Amino acid sequence: MAQSSQAAGGLQSIPALLHRNATEFGNRPAYREKEFGIWQSWTWNETKREINNLARGLINLGVNEGDFIAIIGRNRPHFYWSMVAAQSVGAIPVPIYQDSAAEEMAYVLDHCGARFVIAEDQEQVDKVIEVQDRLHQFEHMIYVDPRGMRKYDHTRLHEFSHVQEQGFAARDELTPELNNRKAKLDYSSTCVMLYTSGTTGKPKGVVLSNRNVIESAKNSAEFDHLKIDEEILAYLPMAWVGDFIFSLGQAYWCGFCVNCPESPETMAADLREIGPTYYFAPPRVFETQLTNVMIRMEDASKFKKRLFDKYMAVAKRVGPKILDGKPVGFIDRLQYALGDLFIYGPLKNTLGLSRVRVGYTAGEAIGPEIFEFYRSLGINLKQLYGQTEATVFITVQPDGEVRNDTVGVPAPGVELRIDDSGEVFYRSPGVFEEYYKNPESTASTKDAEGWVATGDAGFIEPDTGHLRIIDRAKDVGKMADGSMFAPKYVENKLKFFPNILEAVLFGNGRDRCMAFINIDMGAVGNWAERNNIAYSSYQELAGHPKVLDAIKAHVEEVNRSVAQDEMLSGCQIHRFLVLHKELDADDGEMTRTRKVRRRIVEEKFQDLIDALYDGKDQIFTTTEVTYEDGRKGSISATLKLIDAAIAPVTTQKVAAE
Amino acid sequence: MSENKNEGYVTADGRKIGGTLMEMKNITLRFGGVKAITDISFDIKEGEIRAIIGPNGAGKSSMLNVISGFYVPQEGEVWYKGARRPSMKPYEVARQGIARTFQNIALFEGMTVLDNVMTGRLNHMKANMAQQAIWKGAAEKEEVANREVVEKVIDFLEIQSIRKTPVARLPYGLKKRVELARALAAEPSLLLLDEPMAGMNVEEKEDMSRFILDVNDEFGTTIALIEHDMGVVMDLSDRVVVMDYGKKIGDGTPDEVRNNQDVIDAYLGVSHD
Repeated sequence: MAQSSQAAGGLQSIPALLHRNATEFGNRPAYREKEFGIWQSWTWNETKREINNLARGLINLGVNEGDFIAIIGRNRPHFYWSMVAAQSVGAIPVPIYQDSAAEEMAYVLDHCGARFVIAEDQEQVDKVIEVQDRLHQFEHMIYVDPRGMRKYDHTRLHEFSHVQEQGFAARDELTPELNNRKAKLDYSSTCVMLYTSGTTGKPKGVVLSNRNVIESAKNSAEFDHLKIDEEILAYLPMAWVGDFIFSLGQAYWCGFCVNCPESPETMAADLREIGPTYYFAPPRVFETQLTNVMIRMEDASKFKKRLFDKYMAVAKRVGPKILDGKPVGFIDRLQYALGDLFIYGPLKNTLGLSRVRVGYTAGEAIGPEIFEFYRSLGINLKQLYGQTEATVFITVQPDGEVRNDTVGVPAPGVELRIDDSGEVFYRSPGVFEEYYKNPESTASTKDAEGWVATGDAGFIEPDTGHLRIIDRAKDVGKMADGSMFAPKYVENKLKFFPNILEAVLFGNGRDRCMAFINIDMGAVGNWAERNNIAYSSYQELAGHPKVLDAIKAHVEEVNRSVAQDEMLSGCQIHRFLVLHKELDADDGEMTRTRKVRRRIVEEKFQDLIDALYDGKDQIFTTTEVTYEDGRKGSISATLKLIDAAIAPVTTQKVAAE
Repeated sequence: MSENKNEGYVTADGRKIGGTLMEMKNITLRFGGVKAITDISFDIKEGEIRAIIGPNGAGKSSMLNVISGFYVPQEGEVWYKGARRPSMKPYEVARQGIARTFQNIALFEGMTVLDNVMTGRLNHMKANMAQQAIWKGAAEKEEVANREVVEKVIDFLEIQSIRKTPVARLPYGLKKRVELARALAAEPSLLLLDEPMAGMNVEEKEDMSRFILDVNDEFGTTIALIEHDMGVVMDLSDRVVVMDYGKKIGDGTPDEVRNNQDVIDAYLGVSHD
């Protein structure tokens, strides 16, 4: 204990870091939020005041040490304060995805036995009220936005600002109690509980201690030289471990400012106004941005398009080298400088990425073209491999060693091990304490020595020490002929086409692979518009013969690429279909972080899979869909089942039996 | 409904409605030989949502134009805030605290949403042209204060993401919302909505209904609206006036109106003499 307390300078909790920040640089900005068209800001001093008032208000409401406080809302300073206030009074904050349906919320609230809920607005309050009869421990709810709340019964409902006012009014009597509770916090006390979305089964509550969070924040901040003057935009779900570490752990450790957008729709404009220096986004965000750029360039004048193409070619050739500090000829440097003046600079500015010093993508594999595009513009985009159970960091790419086919070297303090089956294990200061109320899962994930199974299959490159991830270990299977089946590998190749949003591959234990494909409405819709193809719905566009032809061409290209890989050449797609609906988290087909739930998709669309294997040309199907408000409906369609050409395997080296 | 002119009532959901804000007494409006409105009387009480419904050509829009002061009826009196209203120019009516939206959106297409909503503050700007031109002192202070009101409205109606977008580029449903924003920016005591849901899909209608209810609830604004969608009207309004062929055929709570035989006939159609 003595050692670890020295490591973090005696700062063993987030409230302790808050105290340090307010003391050492109390007048620097801690939070900004755009509200009423203006960036409102709070210094560390003001933040401390807000948090302490709230914390006293919580004590006043009867929050005990060890209570769970659920926090439901989009990224706003109030909810970050709520988390720290909860920690200050010895309670455990549990952020919940704000787009969860009432049912999902009920499960989490019941599982952690939350006595208190801090919710954003009427919408979230209504969801909790809808299920409150089933929550035996639930007592009080606090809401931030009072709009539409006047007529509600306020016996168990409180407005955020009123709770703060009460906390302020009672400062004399409650401050000793608050200080007393804060003093009890140390490295082993729980910092936060985060529910993993879980691609299988019910969500699990991952308990992270102060040690996990502060050590991980400290190590990663040192790794990337994060400083006090970084600016970040907090826009990723607060219930996701990444946001917790970046917007709370690292922000409090380094003391930098967290900016909250005005609304989800104004994200792009707010990003441009803030110009973050440290930026984090899942691949999907980068993909969407790139797709938008490309769509707009298609509509641009000939001259602009020509200039764009010319200089993007230059960037592609020399940009990554310049970024990595490798030698580049004078002429190329000059051309790149011109390109920066005409194209890259303005483009980065439009994207809001002009000032990015360190950018990360994680969560899913990113397409090599997309990754290279950003790097060629001079944006230091890197990949990171992590999970909630590791408090994010397992491996990261160091500056100068960024590649798109690996996820980097072990993060500071992390040890890696690959077991015989190829599964990746790690051990680090960030390793989670336990799954709440679930000792079996804890035991099966984390062994006595602290090694945690990632559930991913991969290998470490012998000469560079970089980790390469092949697929989810439990998704990796065998084809009927014994060759390896790695669906993610093929799906990612498909998803790298802008037209394809999502793909699901089937073939485990079978002789051939089949695929479901979701088109990207934005990209395909724009293409349809330019080619005068009329459509009225997603379903109609997805079934259009020309769209199917285009997708077929993509599938065949992927087949040719898969054929190059001797290990995985069996995973070529023989037949596919384009789904009549988008896979959706509301229907349970995806997690809230938008990862496909393979088993559920397989069960739900069994008829379609059978039809693909039976060799039919088309099939009529009806699917149940859930709307955002929880109502159910159904859609039906006749889907075309399409054969794709199989590429000959170029490097045939099947081992002799 | 009692005929106590100056007394309020309590709605089914527990809201307290105040005294009479506006009263129409025996209004008759003619265009040449055509009688658009014949001898209609009704009142609008403070804080309520009052709907005017009726089949096509019943005279609803004419009635709204009488309320807004755009038409001056040949017969009858309009009483507003306890005084008889003389015939006025539309801008004079606006100064009295009456704002409206239009059936066929009347925004400045080339201007941004923000500028359009700012025009709603016109009656709250006192600085003269010279002050505006040099942009110092009163003019500047005023602009900041007005912008603050406008931003609150923008926040309220959740149109932050289109603040700087020219209106011409917006879809129809959003234009309707911008129009409501402009009317709200005037901080009216009486808000007139001419078919706020016309041409909207179900989701847009639900949004708009919620905004109308929220406006009434948050700011206590009295709202008079014309609407075709019966479901919406019955859900939203506290009291309903039903018109047919320029005559009032029903007046009361949605339930009373729903069971009124004349109203049923007007909507389901019986032969008129």
